[in-house]
Amino acid sequence: MIMPGEATSNCWSCGTMRATHFCSACGKVQPPAPVDYFMFFGLPRKLNLDTALLEREFYALSRRLHPDVFAQAGSQERAWSLEQSSMLNDAYRTLKDPIKRTAYLLRLEGVELEEQSKQATEKARETGELKKQAVPPDLLEEVFELNMHLEELRMQKKMGEDDPALLEEIGKAKLSLEEKYDALFNELKSEWTSWDQAVDSGSEEDRQKILERMLDVLNRRNYVRNLVRDVNEVLEST
Amino acid sequence: MASDHIVGIDLGTTNSLVAYMQGDVPAVIPGEDGSNLVPSVVALDQKNQVVVGNLARKYLIETPERAVYSVKRLMGRGVEDIQEELKLFPFRLADDLQAGEVLRIKIGERDYTPPEISAHILRQLKRNAERFFGGPISKAVITVPAYFNDAQRQATKDAGRIAGLDVLRLVNEPTAASLAYGLDKRKNGIVAVYDLGGGTFDISILKLHDGIFEVIATNGDTHLGGDDIDNLLITIALDDIRGDLGLDLRRNGEAVQHIRQAVIEAKIALSAEQATKLDVELPGGKRYQREITRAMFEQIVQPIIDRTVSPCKQALKDAKLKPSEIDEVVLVGGSTRIPKVRQLVQDLFGRVPHTDLNPDEVVALGAAIQANILGGGSEVTKEMLLLDVTPLSLGIEVAGGVTDKIILRNSTIPASATQYYTTQVDGQTNVAIHVLQGERELARDCRSLARFDLKGIPPLAAGMPRIEVKFLIDANGILQVSAREQRSGREAQIEVQPSYGLTDEQVENMLLESFDFAEEDIRQRQVIEARREAETILAALAKGKKSEAWQQLSSEERRKVVTLEEALVAVKDGDDYAAIRSAIDALNQGTMHLAELMMDGAVAVALKGKTMDEADLGEGPQAGHPVAKAEFE
Repeated sequence: MIMPGEATSNCWSCGTMRATHFCSACGKVQPPAPVDYFMFFGLPRKLNLDTALLEREFYALSRRLHPDVFAQAGSQERAWSLEQSSMLNDAYRTLKDPIKRTAYLLRLEGVELEEQSKQATEKARETGELKKQAVPPDLLEEVFELNMHLEELRMQKKMGEDDPALLEEIGKAKLSLEEKYDALFNELKSEWTSWDQAVDSGSEEDRQKILERMLDVLNRRNYVRNLVRDVNEVLEST
Repeated sequence: MASDHIVGIDLGTTNSLVAYMQGDVPAVIPGEDGSNLVPSVVALDQKNQVVVGNLARKYLIETPERAVYSVKRLMGRGVEDIQEELKLFPFRLADDLQAGEVLRIKIGERDYTPPEISAHILRQLKRNAERFFGGPISKAVITVPAYFNDAQRQATKDAGRIAGLDVLRLVNEPTAASLAYGLDKRKNGIVAVYDLGGGTFDISILKLHDGIFEVIATNGDTHLGGDDIDNLLITIALDDIRGDLGLDLRRNGEAVQHIRQAVIEAKIALSAEQATKLDVELPGGKRYQREITRAMFEQIVQPIIDRTVSPCKQALKDAKLKPSEIDEVVLVGGSTRIPKVRQLVQDLFGRVPHTDLNPDEVVALGAAIQANILGGGSEVTKEMLLLDVTPLSLGIEVAGGVTDKIILRNSTIPASATQYYTTQVDGQTNVAIHVLQGERELARDCRSLARFDLKGIPPLAAGMPRIEVKFLIDANGILQVSAREQRSGREAQIEVQPSYGLTDEQVENMLLESFDFAEEDIRQRQVIEARREAETILAALAKGKKSEAWQQLSSEERRKVVTLEEALVAVKDGDDYAAIRSAIDALNQGTMHLAELMMDGAVAVALKGKTMDEADLGEGPQAGHPVAKAEFE
């Protein structure tokens, strides 16, 4: 919930202390407050989220903030409704998806995913190369073997050869990776619960450790996803 | 003072409509001729007057180089985009067109941009609505294909402005159709709208619940529609004619338009019948006759219809839905009357599509509902809300010619993204940003939206300024950009160079010109009326000169009359209303004596024993005969 003192302007229309989006006294739309997505919905910074509730809140706010509602209003209100509703949509889109929600929280807490790190992006731009990720240590051997198989498959395809045994190997490896992908999601969810508890009763140190673990899970998960994508590309190519 | 009515307009490729909410239901406003549909055809008549709609279609066949149809296919596009269309369009483009520039079409003496041509259609619809309401209309909701990009949307808004309309909202056509459907059915569920019109194809998947119309995913092809079917048939006919009759008619504008008319009629007939006959009169008196069966037609157009499959599949994928999870499929657009199209939709979605609503009118009716919502809503619409999406990802071009996507396709709008920029060189005060739309990785494979030049950045050491650029896609699906240097808090000025578009200044000028145009309209009408009057008088005088009365004038008088006659002849075909008017008045004055003599002559002839009827008085002046039939012994 919004604490007094966090959004402490007075309603431009009637002077009362305002709530997040509308004046609680006269109901007029307010300029968007500089809040994060969780605060926008009046939610605590926790990762377990009732998505059905979020959806209801989203629709309720949409009905009141959408530009269509302000089509006949003054230009200032129309501008505010435009900003508010774009933030509403951005916030909903981010919080609704479990991975986006996690990544957003990490960013809020100052932690960045490898893929998104600015440095990697700049380097990639300069060299024109694709951003590379470090191989998660627990996958090293698996990845090494798979890449060898993929290289072999690429050669075979070029020569027009066909090796069902190789295809079966690769198929099995892909399945194993897909299972890992799902397992990682479950790991993430259990971290969510740890985080939520730490928000209530943990120390700064506890929370920092959990953030780092979640970052690690996400990075590994992304890596596995990219690898599966690469496998599919080779399998589907002619 | 403008009335409070906000109208809904479907600015279609083939036909346009205007509608409004009449109590609880939306209704189309007919034109003066009673027709609900205004063909999207604009032409110049012989006197360089702009003609729109059914009237313009006549000119399209007779003087095709002075007419434009399907201008929607040219909106927001450059010359490099329309090479296929150009093959069969009868009009000419301006010679000096550059890539990335707004198109200019040569009709008669002038160049016209597509927004200006569309504005003429909008003006006609505006007039129809004003006639209906008995008062001025200034606000409208206009529909656009869901898959229209930023430039195409902006061009539509510009057209509205040039026509003197405040466009309150651009609504996506499938979404508008779903409004009409939803108002009618009042059911919750997942609806797919399959919209195949004259020039564009859209597929939108929506979730309808408790009055909220939420688009989940949309896809389409803005280069696919009934026109493509027509063009294919025309090409086949032209090849046929060349083969059978040895005639190459591709350059003959009138012949092509005659053939086009015929294939369209055949296409429409084949939706109801199993076979029909193409029968076209060609220049030189030859005839091209050909029987076409529905089976032949279907085989020919299959590849075109098949192009709708991939966007449908992608939309389902983006929505993360299986066809079985769709509760209803709604068909929109004239081309969905084709049985093969209906079959394709049924096969794709595994259900019989909903065809209760008139596919030609449903979009306009939906626009009228949205217009009503924007105007404050009524009992039936007050619970309704549209949540639409942007159809294409928005990206920035970065080093290496790569697109960095900042807002993904199917994001609910309004949507925004913030990017941070800095300078490369000490003292640099501008930063240039190239914004693109599309899904591809490379900038050159995406659609250029605009180049933004951020100016007024405080001159600092390279890398010091922190420029926050906010990209906002509004409820119309159009991009707005604002920028601020964070350290100084200064707003950067943004200069926009739109791709394929008009600058604000150009639109303003066109709007001003249209005011002059309105006066011009009135003036032209006066000139035409005066010219007709002049011709009547001159014809009467020609007869008068052959009569006995003419001989009764003195030679002095006759000379004077001839001088006045020649003076009128000299000005009557010109544009100077005042000159024509005064020449008419002078000639009327100068021939009064002659007229009297002709009257007397008539009476004299009657006195000689003949009746008025028998005496050959010719046509004489058109004014009613002042003397009643006399009876004499």
